[in-house]
Amino acid sequence: MAAETVTATPRSGQASPASGGPSTPGHHVARVRVPARSLRSELRAIRVVWKRELIRFSRDRLRILTSLIQPFLFLFVLGTGIGTLAKTGTHGVNFKTFIYPGVLCMAVMFTAMFSAASIVWDREFGFLREMMVAPVRRSSIVLGKVAGGATVAAFQGLIVIAIAGLVDIPYNLGLILELFGLSLLVAFAITAFGVMFAARINQMQSFMALMQMVVMPMFFLSGAMFSVAALPQWLAVLNRLDPLTYAVEPMRRAIFSHLDVSAAARKALDPGITWFGWRVPTALEVAVIAILGLVMLSVAIWEFSQAE
Amino acid sequence: MSDLSNVTTAPHSNGGAPPGDAVAPAVAVDGLVKRYGELEAVKGIDFTVAPGETFGFLGPNGAGKSTTISMLCTLVKPSGGSARVAGHDVEHERDEVRRNIGLVFQDTTLDGYLTAEQNLRLHAELYGMPRGAVSERLKQVMEMVGLWERRASLVMTFSGGMKRRLEIGRGLLHSPRVLFLDEPTVGPDPQTRSSIWSYISELKRDEDITIFMTTHYMDEAEYCDRIAIMDSGKIVALDTPEALKASVGKDRVQIQTEDDEAAIAALREKFEIEATIAEGAVTFGVSAGEQFVPRLFAELEQPIRSVNLSRPSLDDVFMSYTGKTIRDAEESGQSDMRRNMARMMSR
Repeated sequence: MAAETVTATPRSGQASPASGGPSTPGHHVARVRVPARSLRSELRAIRVVWKRELIRFSRDRLRILTSLIQPFLFLFVLGTGIGTLAKTGTHGVNFKTFIYPGVLCMAVMFTAMFSAASIVWDREFGFLREMMVAPVRRSSIVLGKVAGGATVAAFQGLIVIAIAGLVDIPYNLGLILELFGLSLLVAFAITAFGVMFAARINQMQSFMALMQMVVMPMFFLSGAMFSVAALPQWLAVLNRLDPLTYAVEPMRRAIFSHLDVSAAARKALDPGITWFGWRVPTALEVAVIAILGLVMLSVAIWEFSQAE
Repeated sequence: MSDLSNVTTAPHSNGGAPPGDAVAPAVAVDGLVKRYGELEAVKGIDFTVAPGETFGFLGPNGAGKSTTISMLCTLVKPSGGSARVAGHDVEHERDEVRRNIGLVFQDTTLDGYLTAEQNLRLHAELYGMPRGAVSERLKQVMEMVGLWERRASLVMTFSGGMKRRLEIGRGLLHSPRVLFLDEPTVGPDPQTRSSIWSYISELKRDEDITIFMTTHYMDEAEYCDRIAIMDSGKIVALDTPEALKASVGKDRVQIQTEDDEAAIAALREKFEIEATIAEGAVTFGVSAGEQFVPRLFAELEQPIRSVNLSRPSLDDVFMSYTGKTIRDAEESGQSDMRRNMARMMSR
């Protein structure tokens, strides 16, 4: 902390600070001594990269809106349409309520991927270089970026959580916190995933294609739109391999525990995830996502540290 | 020009540099090599830059000047040799070097979605500047580049020249000891170019800063204390602009007289100079023209109405050392640095 006291010292020894007037010949500029790298300077770097994501996100109102369009289409249009068909199979549960966890995940995923994509923009527009040449660890840049992306994605999740009442989900504080916590976890893992790829992709079009290739299959396989109760073998396997499954399921379980539903409905719609007949506990589901997120974060850090 | 490594002409001493800085060169390059596979982009170069000097790198694109600057900025790892910037090794003390240098690239590296002030504050945080010093310093550099009034505007609304000025301000924010400018005046309009040069001279006076730049504007190279001309990965000439021009040879003298034919004959007789009529004037070349002109007035019988003495330009210097005109160098607008960056990032 001693470094903090090294403040601007006028180079020429004159005590007076520079005049506040406009640039005139003869005004002198105070020199600043930049202290040596420390944990503190790394934390400041992480914080400022994180903050930049937030500022940029708040400036881009259109993005907040557009990344909600697709989830809302799924929830209200597809949800209502299929809901009339599926009435007999849902044991009285609103179909929109059933698909709500998947839609929440989808909103978070899109925003997280867009945040990660900004690395590709940053590279195209040169700003990445400003960060890469700074006297801080690359890991700080990546951590700040992932934290920023996760924060804005979780915020987007919060908007979706705010409309939960429209699909018969009660506003219960415990439930809201649980949904938000899981959204945050998904936001972190997906941003880390996106940053890991953004490290290697130079063109925005490629990244967008990758995003479509990854987000939609993950969404469909996760059981967002259907119950995992009685799936054919091949789909059951793919479903268990999809990381998003382990976010949708605990969300759905949390929601169902706050609904008044019959045992039959629960059995049909929220049977829980099994591995070879063994019921996977919620803690392990959460751990699966957290660990995957950490692994991808490590890969992303490694990749950025490799670049000269 | 035989031993370039020892050419360290000190710049005009501007009244007592700090004692510590005066000893260590701002930039010291020793046998620096960069290879990309088969291609040897930089073939073992040596030079030193004194603190407070403005040092210019001149050369056609692909000569290796941007690769060299990239190595000095720690953006590219040298394949051989070594370089120290602000007293730190570019390969082994990368962060130390980075803390002590300011970088202004040819292509913008600003975030257009942030305001000018936010861009600079972000830089201050990334460079770990002491918090208490940021606001004052920020105001000073923004006033210096004339953008203080526009601090709250989004950078995307700035013109190219304003962006360049903001980048120069940002490059100076953390008080670097060496400022690297890669083609700082390519792009902006002539007005901005001249204002950029006035900041640079102001800087030299106020901050004892060493400036290391690449350019291919010949008139701008004149502002440099010394110039290194690079061609095919080697430094082919390194000296003050004056000395370089002197090395090329003769000054050009043009006189207008009452009787040009008689003047030409007299020049041949008295001075053994072959003159011709060019551009409506008697034209000839002599070495050390400024010493010759007084003799001319004293000894030539024909009355002289006007005299015009011109030095060899740096264009002539460039041509004589590289065999290319500067126009060739200007052909490609893309900076080598950007290509290097793209190469690194795509690994």
